[in-house]
Amino acid sequence: MDVLWETDTSLTVREVSARLTQRNLAHTTVMTVLDRLAKKGFARRERDGRAWRYRPAATRETYVTELMLTALEQTGDRTAALTRFAQSVSGVEADVLRDALEVIEGSGEKDDGT
Amino acid sequence: MTGLEDAALLAVVAIGSAFGASALAQASWPRRSPAAAILLWQALGLAAGLASVGTLLGLALPDSTIGLVRSVLHVGTMLRAGGLFRVRDGFGAVGAMPIIVVGMRLACLAAGLALLASLCWVLVAASASALAARRRQRALLTLLAHGDPKVPGALVVDYPTAAAYCLPGLHSQIVVSVGTLELLGRGELAAVLAHERAHLRERHDLVLLPFTALRRAFPKSVTCTDAYSAVALLIEMLADDRALRARPARELVSALVRFGTASPCPAPAGTLSAGQGDVAARVTRLLQPVRPLPPAVVLAICLAAALLVTVPITVLFV
Repeated sequence: MDVLWETDTSLTVREVSARLTQRNLAHTTVMTVLDRLAKKGFARRERDGRAWRYRPAATRETYVTELMLTALEQTGDRTAALTRFAQSVSGVEADVLRDALEVIEGSGEKDDGT
Repeated sequence: MTGLEDAALLAVVAIGSAFGASALAQASWPRRSPAAAILLWQALGLAAGLASVGTLLGLALPDSTIGLVRSVLHVGTMLRAGGLFRVRDGFGAVGAMPIIVVGMRLACLAAGLALLASLCWVLVAASASALAARRRQRALLTLLAHGDPKVPGALVVDYPTAAAYCLPGLHSQIVVSVGTLELLGRGELAAVLAHERAHLRERHDLVLLPFTALRRAFPKSVTCTDAYSAVALLIEMLADDRALRARPARELVSALVRFGTASPCPAPAGTLSAGQGDVAARVTRLLQPVRPLPPAVVLAICLAAALLVTVPITVLFV
C-alpha cells in the first residue's frame, strides 16, 4: 500500500514490484497481495489491456483518521468498545491535573525524558 | 410459592437493584476496591434483568406453583392442547374467566418474553458490533501501523495527537500514536503500556460488555448510562492499580496528566464526552492512595453479590 500511496497514477503489478526494491518479493506474491487488497476494498483497479492497474481507494490520511477516530469513539458510533488510556480534558479538570503535575515534578527527580 | 408471590419477590429485587445501582454510582468506597465494586455491578445488572423478566412472568401466571420457567413452558403445551381457560393452575380455574384478566395476563407474558428476548438480543448485537469493529481496526493497523523500539510489543500509528488504546481479543494489540511518543518520556510510556496490558490480560472488555448492551437496550435510561460510566471508570482504576505493580505511581500520574492536558482532537458535534472528571479522579486517587477495603468487607460484598443473583435464579428455575 505504501507504494500505491506514494504515486499519483495507477500502477501495474510489474511497476509495483519494481518499486519494492528493498524486499525480494516474487512477482506472483505481489500480484496476490494486490489482489487481496483490491478484494478488501483498500485498492481499486481497472483493466488496461491484459494487465490490471491499481490505485489506492483512499488516502493514507483518510485511513489513519478513520482508525484513530473510531478507536477513540469520536465518530458518535460507540460500537468499538475499546478502552483508551485517557481523554483530553478542559476547564477545571485540566487545572486540577496541572496542579498535580507540579506536585510530582516538585517532589524530586524529574522523569527521564527521551 | 405461587406465581404472584414470585412476582412480588422479584419486583422487590428488581426495584432494589435499581436503587442499589444509584447508590453504588454515588458511593465513594468503590475506588478503594474497584474489583469488588465491579463484581457488585455485574450482580446488580444480572439480578435486575432476571428479576424484571421474572416479575412479568409471575404476573402472567399468578396461580402457578411450580417454577416460573416451567410454567411458561407448560403454557405452550396448554395452548396447543386448547385448554387455555380450563386448566386449574394455568390461566384460571374451570369456568369463565373475565376476558380482561386473561388479556392482562397474556400481555404480561408477552412483555416478559419480549424483555428477555431484547436483553439477549442486545448482548449478541453488542458483541457482534464489537467484533466487527475490531476486525476493521486490525485490517487498518496491518496497513498503517509499525513497531517502535520505544514501545516494545505495541504498534505505532502516524497520528499527531496523543492517543493510546488497546484492541482486545484473540489477536490483542496495544496501539499508540506518534503524538504519544513525542509527549511522554520512557518511564511514562512504560506505565501506559503496563496499564493497557492489564486491560488485555484481564479482559476488561468482557466485563464492560453487558453494560454496553444495557445502554444499547435502554439508551434513554439514566441508570444504564450511569452504570456504564461507573464501570468504565472502575475498570480504568483497576488497570491503574495493576500498572502500579510494574511502574512507580509518579510515572503513571505524569502520563495521565500529560495526556489529559494535551490538545484534544476535534470531536464531531453530538458525541458524548465519556465521564467528565474521570481523569482527574484517577490522578487524585493515585496521588493520595486510599486504603483498600478490609478483606472481611470485600468478602461480605462478594457474598451479597452472589445472594443477589441467586434469588432470581432460584425463583425462576426451582
